[in-house]
Amino acid sequence: MARYKLVVIGASAGGLTAIEKLLTPLPAGFAIPIVIVQHISPDSENYMVTFLNERCNLRVKEADEKEVVLPGTVYIAPPNFHVFIEEDLSITLSVEERVNFSRPSIDVLFETAATSIREGVIGVVLTGGNQDGAMGLKMIKDYGGLTVVQSPDEAQVSIMPTIAISTTHPDYVLTLSEISELLIRLSR
Amino acid sequence: MRTPSKDEINTIEFELLLEAISRGYGYDFRNYSKAHILRRLTYFQNVNGLQSFTQVQDLVLHNKSKMKELLGELSIKVTEMFRDPAFYRMLRKKVIPLLKTYPFPKIWIAGCSTGEEVYSMAILLKEEGLLKRTQIFATDFNEKAIEKAKRGIYSIDKIKLYTVNYQKAGGKNSFSDYYTVIDNRVEINPELRQNVQFALHNLVSDSKFEMVHMISCRNVLIYFNKELQDRVISLFSDSLINGGYLVLGMKESLLFSSKSGWYKTIDAERKIFQKKLSGKH
Repeated sequence: MARYKLVVIGASAGGLTAIEKLLTPLPAGFAIPIVIVQHISPDSENYMVTFLNERCNLRVKEADEKEVVLPGTVYIAPPNFHVFIEEDLSITLSVEERVNFSRPSIDVLFETAATSIREGVIGVVLTGGNQDGAMGLKMIKDYGGLTVVQSPDEAQVSIMPTIAISTTHPDYVLTLSEISELLIRLSR
Repeated sequence: MRTPSKDEINTIEFELLLEAISRGYGYDFRNYSKAHILRRLTYFQNVNGLQSFTQVQDLVLHNKSKMKELLGELSIKVTEMFRDPAFYRMLRKKVIPLLKTYPFPKIWIAGCSTGEEVYSMAILLKEEGLLKRTQIFATDFNEKAIEKAKRGIYSIDKIKLYTVNYQKAGGKNSFSDYYTVIDNRVEINPELRQNVQFALHNLVSDSKFEMVHMISCRNVLIYFNKELQDRVISLFSDSLINGGYLVLGMKESLLFSSKSGWYKTIDAERKIFQKKLSGKH
């Protein structure tokens, strides 16, 4: 059994391109479920799901209420809802207050993943222009999970990775293609 | 003697706290989403400067006003007027015409929080000429929220959003017809709550209502586990007349309900369901 049960990824400004680049090398049967929060307008139709589905080997879908996440699948947080991860790897959607001015918020996804899945979580912070994700990534680390941040030099907007690095001292600071390689290695 | 791990201790303390709240105060959160409850309890623990859930338990068991504070923390207070305007448009189109066929329709708004949805419904009913003969029951388990709902006074900051929502929801008048501005607050016209009965009610433990024509329970079930969702939908099913309507939040469904066969779907996207005329088949 692989040690890791879940990958959580957070991205903001510049995120769509970064997520595409990170996901494309992953094989269809990638063994660890992936849940992504990309900051997005509340009224958005979540075009991201279609966009990524056309370009990835993995199945990409919007995260549904009470759904249990599965390998080979990428789950995107719906606009205007937070995503919580439960201990049984199921999803709870929430309309609670915005966190870091965001709903969905990366911190909320990361915190609930950390407390529910503990050392089985890989947390990844990508490009963005705010501080969402930093506290959540720190919690993943505190609970024994693996923490990864996109290299600020490569990120389209470096603020979010930079803050995540200074808050968490992550296990890895890598380029997108290195993150893909790492995930493939860890999934075996 | 074995040593319990840190994780084990956390789990024990979490479960004991929920049991204490249930046995001491009658509020049972054990079938709520654990991630949600854990997150809110941790927040409460931190703002009160406590080190563990055992300390939270000690505090709330001996201090009722702290327990009320914690209840406020565990209830969902995020709501807005005419949230999901497309839902209200559909309600106007598909449900209101049938409600009009009943002489005295009864509507139950379950988990009404601070009342924004209640007033949205009342405005819609008024515009459809149905308000005066409709009885609305608006319930929540959070006493403070119900008190605020009864007052119907809201911050002026939100009015811009609500006005846009109201228009998108197919509102027939000017939204400003329905409130009076007092300083930086707005007071919703009291006539809108003439037929509204606000009451404390806990979906987890309290009983059904009788012969209701429509139940609106939006963004409440998402915080329950599947078993509790099933129980609550059964409670709704027993409260509705045959042919009555059940409307849920955008991400909620009857998927986890043993009563899903009792309903036909009126609008899948806006989560409008109708209990079959023949009842339970």
